[in-house]
Amino acid sequence: MSSIVERIPVYEPPKSLSDVSSHYCPGCTHGATHRIVAEVMDELGLTDKAVGIASVGCSVLAYNYFECDMQQAAHGRAPAVATGVKRVRPELVVWTYQGDGDLASIGTNEVIHAALRGEKITVIFINNAIYGMTGGQAAPTTLIGQKTATTPFGRDKSWSGSPIHLSEMLALQEGAAFIARTSTHNPAHLGRTRAAIKRAFQTQLEGKGFSLVEILSTCPTNWGMTPVEALKWVEEQMVPVYPLGIFKDWQADGARSPAAAGAAAKSAKPAEGGK
Amino acid sequence: MTKSASSAPAGGVPVLMKGNEALGEAAIRAGCRAFFGYPITPQSELPAYMARRMPEEDGVFLQAESELAAINMVYGAAGAGVRVMTSSSSPGISLKQEGISYIAGAELPAVIVNIMRGGPGLGSIMPGQSDYFQATKGGGHGDYRLVVYGPATVQELVDLTIRAFNVADRYRSPVMILGDGILGQMMEPVVFPTEKPAEVAKPWATTGRQGTRGRNVVNSLYLAAEELEAHNLRLQAKFAEMHSNEVIYESIIPEGAEVVCVAYGTTARVVKSAIAMARQEGIKVGLIRPISLWPFPDEAFVNLPDTVRSVLTVEMSAGQMVEDVRLALNGRLPVHFYGRMGGMWPIPRDVLAEIKKAAGREAGVAR
Repeated sequence: MSSIVERIPVYEPPKSLSDVSSHYCPGCTHGATHRIVAEVMDELGLTDKAVGIASVGCSVLAYNYFECDMQQAAHGRAPAVATGVKRVRPELVVWTYQGDGDLASIGTNEVIHAALRGEKITVIFINNAIYGMTGGQAAPTTLIGQKTATTPFGRDKSWSGSPIHLSEMLALQEGAAFIARTSTHNPAHLGRTRAAIKRAFQTQLEGKGFSLVEILSTCPTNWGMTPVEALKWVEEQMVPVYPLGIFKDWQADGARSPAAAGAAAKSAKPAEGGK
Repeated sequence: MTKSASSAPAGGVPVLMKGNEALGEAAIRAGCRAFFGYPITPQSELPAYMARRMPEEDGVFLQAESELAAINMVYGAAGAGVRVMTSSSSPGISLKQEGISYIAGAELPAVIVNIMRGGPGLGSIMPGQSDYFQATKGGGHGDYRLVVYGPATVQELVDLTIRAFNVADRYRSPVMILGDGILGQMMEPVVFPTEKPAEVAKPWATTGRQGTRGRNVVNSLYLAAEELEAHNLRLQAKFAEMHSNEVIYESIIPEGAEVVCVAYGTTARVVKSAIAMARQEGIKVGLIRPISLWPFPDEAFVNLPDTVRSVLTVEMSAGQMVEDVRLALNGRLPVHFYGRMGGMWPIPRDVLAEIKKAAGREAGVAR
């Protein structure tokens, strides 16, 4: 992804972002990701023709933070709601913003079927390895050994399984046109996240199929860390488990085999570490 | 997709159609432009009909991965401002309840069809009326109401489906068609209207700002208690208006009636046969047939003639609507109940026997 790093306009509030205070905790990367999504909407001129779907979790109030039309969806169902909007109004640009409890636990069915139908929607998937809003419970994305409210002794693989690799799974679906995993732990990676989100929206604008960007994110409050420690934890603990990279890209190699995509994702790990 | 030649049945003249398919055609004629569903017996002919007909009308048919997805696709499409419908049968409708609550909370118009089968659990695929509580008393979480229609003939299924879309738009509220498996499966002559549906402006819909307005938001979340209470009070005012305006029923009370039967849907047709048999035996019996199950036609139970000794409610359930009958009568008359369950339905001979009991005409029983 190094070829698509872009400059970030720093001191200009994006027009697609509402001029209100957010409810996010200090050090949480939702704010940065919101800003990036809004910047991309500005750049691609989407604000007047986009419908965003907010999900259930910390980002439930996203409908207050984006200036485009918004719908709030039931827990896990944002891809189904997005499908309903997009199918009856194909001229609109429809996107969802979902956390890992919403998308990777209760909503796995909806996201997988949206991908396999090649639904022309864009999914922003926030993976912070925990449930934030409800107070730090284990998610399917929780790392082995990670302590949460519901894994007080650390996630035990033999009891509650292993972290889910949604991007790798979704890339196997023929209808998935662009699938990438990025991180937010430093400015270079925020730049890559921006580039991936832009490409995901372009995938929809080109009518190529389903697009999703999984974004490794922080939850200092529920992780019990300072914001700086949290960014370091993403880099040192999450990135090795969740390799960064592009798993599917219609533009570059739409026909790349899943096995090759997996291999590319693995090889992307050291290069994308951002150290 | 190329628009194919229309296979629409003619309007204004009788055509012979199966209930489920006639319902689909009625929806299309009401301006329904999207259908999201999931297969379940005994309503499967409806999505199959929509799969065939929707492309002819530039509409959307999509088979969802689950009932949960289907009802949330309905939420999205309704929020985007088009007339949209989903259908299912009892267990599938249970799955849709979360979505129906969200649709009611977000004040979206949509039509939901339940072609009821026997329950509880997986139950059977044979007809039932045991989802009356679920349909009329809430179904999902929170304080909300649906207008619920209980059609008794294929023609009424058509007429009420068209009405359902109009009522849904008028109140920005989901409306349910509560049919039973017999009605869905039976064929009867039916006449479709020829009028085109009225265009309804939906300035609240998420159609993209298009440079003409600020952001529209479709939402049922109000985190501040004061705001959620205010939202609920607004909803309740709307439900009160629906309660005042949307009552429909049929009432046939002959002079000198001794008993009044209460039944809806297919059961009401069985009861009509039993009433005719009773008349031949010299027993005068009336019928109140609620067509809107919510709002329930309480007014039909006011001013019954003094000759009426008791009321007999007949249902394909263990006794659900009978509770509303008792509430409407408020103790003024004794209320008897006869029900069949599990996919069994009442037959006229058995209903006649219950009428005789209710009239105190049972052999060997003193009046």
